[in-house]
Amino acid sequence: MGAEVGAEVLTPAFFGAWIEEAARSVRAERDELTRLDAAIGDADHGTNLDRGFTEAVRALGERCPATPGAVLVLVGSTLIRKVGGASGPLYGTAFREAGKALGDAPAVSAADLAAALTAGVAGVRRLGSAAEGDKTMVDALAPAAGALAEAVREGRGLDDALGAASAAAAAGAAATIPMPARKGRASYLGPRSVGHQDPGATSAALILRALHTVAARW
Amino acid sequence: MVGIVLISHSGPLAAETAALAAGVCGVEVVLEAAGGTEDGGLGTSPDLVAAAVERADRGDGVLLIPDLGGAALTARLFEGPGVVVADVPFVEGAISAAVTASAGGSLEAVLAAAEEARHFRKL
Repeated sequence: MGAEVGAEVLTPAFFGAWIEEAARSVRAERDELTRLDAAIGDADHGTNLDRGFTEAVRALGERCPATPGAVLVLVGSTLIRKVGGASGPLYGTAFREAGKALGDAPAVSAADLAAALTAGVAGVRRLGSAAEGDKTMVDALAPAAGALAEAVREGRGLDDALGAASAAAAAGAAATIPMPARKGRASYLGPRSVGHQDPGATSAALILRALHTVAARW
Repeated sequence: MVGIVLISHSGPLAAETAALAAGVCGVEVVLEAAGGTEDGGLGTSPDLVAAAVERADRGDGVLLIPDLGGAALTARLFEGPGVVVADVPFVEGAISAAVTASAGGSLEAVLAAAEEARHFRKL
């Protein structure tokens, strides 16, 4: 099952469904995200993201834009204004850059989505000056973007390709456990941040899992 | 005159740092504070920063000085022509930038002055 990677089947409704599913996942995992953040941060990641995604769903419900690119830009702008902390600007930039990469097309393909995810990750790297291995959301996002791009090159279907991206993000988040943090609030802890999974990488993996969940039934 | 926006996680910290820098300058200087969240809590509000940047913009550029973390990332969202972010100590950078701005320095000069604050010794 699943659409071909070049087929332009991903409509604004698909992206809206993704954000709704992401909001549900974040709500369900809110306390776990906050628990992870309490260990090495300031214990607000779950609450902040829940508030932001709830507002993003509300914004799309009020006026769902006509293109996938505009949907993601609206989501990004809402997250910047409503999430706060560092993750608001970071996730907001990821969605806005991904949206801009999609341009004005009324529907996009998995290949377009791969390029957009890559653009979103580049925006996060630029804003946060973070690289893989710094124990941040980049450790989940970068492998996911790489896996999606590879799956698209191999001509795999949408469901399969986003399954690979989601699995890569989850593995990337788990791989942050032994890392000492080099960016963000956790970096003040230095070696004491070792042994804790990064909350930002964890939420990034959740959001990409939501993307796969929606793609699997699309 | 170059405008300066102080962006802190704390509203009172941003406001008092602005008052301190203005007081040390002793002459007119464009200093705007954007601290805390809209409901007065700890955090950074992009909307408050946007409003402060607008107030501080007198046509000669705006220097943003964030305290740390999310404030720095929020500040970077506003980077563009005539708006630059200084990666400098909050209090010392604010005072150094304000003194140079009040003397009529360019945006480049005000940024350079703020960056010099990194090497100030107190003792």
